[in-house]
Amino acid sequence: MGRHVVARVDEVDIGKSKLVKVAGRDIALFNVKGEFFAIANRCPHEGADLCKGQLVGLAESDEPGQYRMTRHGELVRCPWHGWEFDIRTGKSWCDPARTRVKSFDVSVANGGTVVEGPYQAEIFQVSIDEDYVVVEI
Amino acid sequence: MSDAVLERETAQETKLGIVDCDIHPAVSTPDELLGFLPQRWRSHVKDYGTRSANPLVGTLPYPRMTPGGGMRRDAWPPSGGPPASDLAFMREQLLDPLDIEYGILQPLAAGSSTLNQELGAAMCTAINDWQIDKWTGPEPRLKGSICVTQEDTTAALAEIEARAADKSFVQIAIPPRTIEPAGRRRYWPIYEAAEHHGLPVGMHSAAAGVHTNSGTGWFSFYIEEHYAFAHSLQTVLTSMVFEGVFERFPKLKLVVVEGGFAWAAPLAWRLDREWRRMRSEVPHVKRPPSEYIRENVWFTTQPIEEPENNRHLLDTLRWMGTDRLMFSTDYPHWDFDDPRYAFKVPLTPAERAAIFRDNARQVYRLA
Repeated sequence: MGRHVVARVDEVDIGKSKLVKVAGRDIALFNVKGEFFAIANRCPHEGADLCKGQLVGLAESDEPGQYRMTRHGELVRCPWHGWEFDIRTGKSWCDPARTRVKSFDVSVANGGTVVEGPYQAEIFQVSIDEDYVVVEI
Repeated sequence: MSDAVLERETAQETKLGIVDCDIHPAVSTPDELLGFLPQRWRSHVKDYGTRSANPLVGTLPYPRMTPGGGMRRDAWPPSGGPPASDLAFMREQLLDPLDIEYGILQPLAAGSSTLNQELGAAMCTAINDWQIDKWTGPEPRLKGSICVTQEDTTAALAEIEARAADKSFVQIAIPPRTIEPAGRRRYWPIYEAAEHHGLPVGMHSAAAGVHTNSGTGWFSFYIEEHYAFAHSLQTVLTSMVFEGVFERFPKLKLVVVEGGFAWAAPLAWRLDREWRRMRSEVPHVKRPPSEYIRENVWFTTQPIEEPENNRHLLDTLRWMGTDRLMFSTDYPHWDFDDPRYAFKVPLTPAERAAIFRDNARQVYRLA
């Protein structure tokens, strides 16, 4: 277990992603409306990089002729076969019990606290003036 | 780790040396093929364009779920241009990491479906020259398909004769959605030439066609079009068996590309059943249909069937015979199969070698 500083907040724009390597793992980091999420990068279906997937909403329908769009930008659609994973839980929409990726706790911390705290900044120099994304593994 | 995540498949050894039977090479720019056309057709294309049965020029009948007409989102070359238009990036993303010993090109440029038949024939010739120039010449792992106009067999035969001795090409490519059912005699000259030269006929699922994809009109959804790939190939097999194509050309090799395969055995069961009852209607079909399918037809694997219970895939492999299957990726399309993870069932080393390499080596007469 550890808290890893993986990116500066301004490195990942809203709706964008970044592949980060933490403790030997490939993790896909996403910025959804200013909130950060992290899931394992490898799609459990056939191995594509989820960080290259598209952030999409959830289209649902109770019956033909009706639909609603919810969860805007909160699912990542695999860049190959289109499997949709819930960015919060890592579970796929179609097969949540079996086809899912690990999700990680993410927080944002100021450089000042990061320098003091029990963090591991493996990638870059941390400045006390900036905000950072911290992934817990 | 408290939150265990089920990894359903395990990475499998890929050092086998794979034959990928379905790679789609692309032009870097829309005008790239013009350079391979004679001046007469270059001017024609500039003045009048090219038309297929698809009413909207320059579009697919069904726009697809990813940009570029259904591409892997990670397949756009860093150098620019569309997916699979850059040989260096194809090597880097596909051929090298997946240990692909041979890759069979399946150009989808629309020579065979061009309504102007003379232009279509010229386009096929251009596409074939382009394959040599851009792909099989610089990269010996890649092998071409002789693209021909199946509705104009005179032109098709001329193209086949011109290319048959060229080892850059390993098959003749025609689309399965022909104007008449594929077994009809108008297409027999192509089958005769294919048999004569020992070249397989590869039929890759087609988005375009003169007839609707359902048989009763146009499907509403892309998800339905994707399914239509299977039944269009089932129609091909049924027609070719009952018209007597395999009886007349017993050494003909037919490769069903991107049409699925789990349906092959049940289709053969049904055709055999009908044959036992109504054989006298087609006395030229001397043997049960399943025998022709087992001897003359091969199937590429992508998009692989994914039954709820993975082990059911083994049943379908056993029913049809693992000697009938040839691995394919469909690179760079979105429904690409990765050879390391696509088969979510344990195969014996012999089965793996057959499906991933040896069957294709034999069918395509590769070294």
